[in-house]
Amino acid sequence: MGKIVGLTGDETAAEAMRQINPDVLAAYPITPQTEIVQNFSQFVANGVVSTEMIRVESEHSAMSACIGAAASGARAMTATSANGLALMWEICYIAASYRLPIVMPLVNRALSGPINIHCDHSDSMGARDSGWIQLYSENCQEIYDNLIQAIRIAEDKEVLLPVMVTLDGFIISHAMERVEILEDEKVTEFIGEYKNPYSLLDVDNPVTWGPLDLYDYYFEHKRQQIEAIEKAGEVIQRVGKEFKEISGRSYELMENYRLEGADLVIVAAGSTAGTVKAVVNQLREEGVKAGLLKIRAFRPFPVREVSQALKNAKAVAILDRSVSFGAEGGPIFLEIRSALFEEAKRVPVVNYIYGLGGRDIGIDEIKAVYKNLERIAQTKKIEKLVGYLGLRE
Amino acid sequence: MPSLKELSKKKELLSGGQRLCAGCGASIIVRQILMAAEDPLVISCATGCLEVATTIYPFSAWRIPFIHCAFENSASTLSGAEAAYRSLKRQGKIDRTIKFIAFGGDGGTYDIGLQALSGVLERGHNLLYVCYDNGAYMNTGIQRSSATPQGAATTTSPVGKAIPEGKQRPRKDLTQIVVAHDSPYVAQANPAYYNDLIKKVQKALNTEGPTFINILSPCPRGWRYESSQSIQIAKLATLTGFWPLYEVENGKYRITYRPKKRRPFREWLESQGRFKHLLSEKNKGIVERLEREVEEKENKLLALAGETPSSA
Amino acid sequence: MKEKGWKEIPLGGLILEAGNAEKYATGGWRTYRPVRDEKKCNDCLLCWVYCPDSSIIVEEAKIKGFDYEHCKGCGICSAQCPKDAIEMVEETKFVLQEKGEQ
Repeated sequence: MGKIVGLTGDETAAEAMRQINPDVLAAYPITPQTEIVQNFSQFVANGVVSTEMIRVESEHSAMSACIGAAASGARAMTATSANGLALMWEICYIAASYRLPIVMPLVNRALSGPINIHCDHSDSMGARDSGWIQLYSENCQEIYDNLIQAIRIAEDKEVLLPVMVTLDGFIISHAMERVEILEDEKVTEFIGEYKNPYSLLDVDNPVTWGPLDLYDYYFEHKRQQIEAIEKAGEVIQRVGKEFKEISGRSYELMENYRLEGADLVIVAAGSTAGTVKAVVNQLREEGVKAGLLKIRAFRPFPVREVSQALKNAKAVAILDRSVSFGAEGGPIFLEIRSALFEEAKRVPVVNYIYGLGGRDIGIDEIKAVYKNLERIAQTKKIEKLVGYLGLRE
Repeated sequence: MPSLKELSKKKELLSGGQRLCAGCGASIIVRQILMAAEDPLVISCATGCLEVATTIYPFSAWRIPFIHCAFENSASTLSGAEAAYRSLKRQGKIDRTIKFIAFGGDGGTYDIGLQALSGVLERGHNLLYVCYDNGAYMNTGIQRSSATPQGAATTTSPVGKAIPEGKQRPRKDLTQIVVAHDSPYVAQANPAYYNDLIKKVQKALNTEGPTFINILSPCPRGWRYESSQSIQIAKLATLTGFWPLYEVENGKYRITYRPKKRRPFREWLESQGRFKHLLSEKNKGIVERLEREVEEKENKLLALAGETPSSA
Repeated sequence: MKEKGWKEIPLGGLILEAGNAEKYATGGWRTYRPVRDEKKCNDCLLCWVYCPDSSIIVEEAKIKGFDYEHCKGCGICSAQCPKDAIEMVEETKFVLQEKGEQ
């Protein structure tokens, strides 16, 4: 087997990237992503990777360079956070529409303004319609596992889409945890070679990337993208199973944590899922039928799996670490409520917005959510559809 | 430089059927550049006239690898391709010699793409960036850019009672900005002087590191002249001192073509509708100022190249 | 050209047939047609090097004619010809001529 080490989230991401050994890495530093690029720069300086590293002058250029590299048949990666993602926004859409399997760790951080460097999911949630696959990580181990699987998912010929693997800024990115690292050769073998059938460098078979695509074909190209991200669901599951064979750890589109017979269910993504697990364990010991549904793949969103997991619950609370201003509830809430619409039995669902700008969320707050779910389960009444956790009035 | 006869025997790399306006300078420039290249090329292009008109899906006029990504990132997109080339070559996965050319209009280069260009120059990518400078955002309908010459009327610097001169500010000297990056080869060219242009492209492509050529691109629609006049007007740009032809090789300036006697700047203004308003009596002062400025610029350049100034 | 469905086209907006723009005719844009006087022409190729539309047909360094499928009739070739060998003739003349022939 591999080895067990103590690493921070950023160090873990960098370590996974060292093993992936991309042909090109283009990145720009931004807190709290910086340690990823710093560590990777050291790998380059030490000559332990064959990567051509481009220290770009902005995230916009980082994603642009990744597009140029991936279109040239290279495995290309970058990493960013918050405002960096916002700056590369335009190009993220282009990466997905050109069907380039770029993989990017995104260290979740609140979008300005006012400027804030701490965790929330406003950056990745804002990019949810960009055509990228999104995998959320609960802890360092999942960052590692998700990044390695992301290469396979992105480059699967039925998919060919970029993947962002998220990790909570500071909470995970700067917290040291126990991580199991596979042997280099195992990772190399698992991810295989990147082979794009079309490359700019194939000068004998010239192709044109990025034409002006008007009303006669644009829609058809979007339909292809829809097909690809739908297919990605199956591929994520298949790759998850294969990954188990080399790691012993299995992955699905989401994680059902003590959902058997659970009446009261919280849905969460990212590091908060870990905190919820602790509360679930405690409540189960007290005889409360509590459970957790952890979102791993937010794009594609596993509609059927989610409604299947929640349809027998008596009350469900969805925790959103971002806001969709003007909408009734956060992005995860909106997806789940919509997914449950097809169920014959109506499941009461409430939403909590929490943790914006890095506001801490603890055991007590999560316990309070389960308490409220208990009340809803008993009274069948929802007093407040969208609430806020840890906010001063 | 090979003769036209020799060049004409090479394969035409830009097909007909592109949809640039009749008489457009951009495709003349591209054709001359592609005939100059000796190695296989990979092209990137910023959003703009050239990109839009040569690649309307499902048609492409490019017989060589081509990528368009967005408006402001022709340089950074190609830097990724060039890095991929270096990486794959180092790993022994590719053995061909390939050259890289990024195209951008003045909007995509002087303005929105300046940062990406600067980054590429500083990082030292082995590519040639070509700006085809038609002096405005022509693709979106002739809006002023920072390359628009002072006094030109555009749709966002129109002539009016309160502003009789059109564009009020002088143009940005991008070539000098690139020179300040200490690029090994920087030049200004003009498709009317195809010999000079082709030589410069060959020199740039054979230079290690980031190279840059700023090429004047006549635009019948935006400059307001009859389409057959593109080459005459481009020539006039150089003959009147508006667009001097020079190169800077490792910091050393050389004027590559110097007219025996500079033609009056007024002829340049008279040749195009965008300057028509300047010729009225009330704008006389503006024209005199522009004439003075052209002369000052010329003398500055002559001094940099170690040549004697024109006798005034 | 029949427009294809989403399953029939390459992914990502790629155009696989490099230079297929030649299938798109821009010759219909012309109002004037360049006509060359072979006797005056000395094959200097200036028209070729200045043509924006790759529409001067050259074989073995000799001018063979114009690609009227793509020539937009800008008139640069005529304006640049040092021998005055290219005349721009109104397209309507040819249209009338063709009609007459029918």
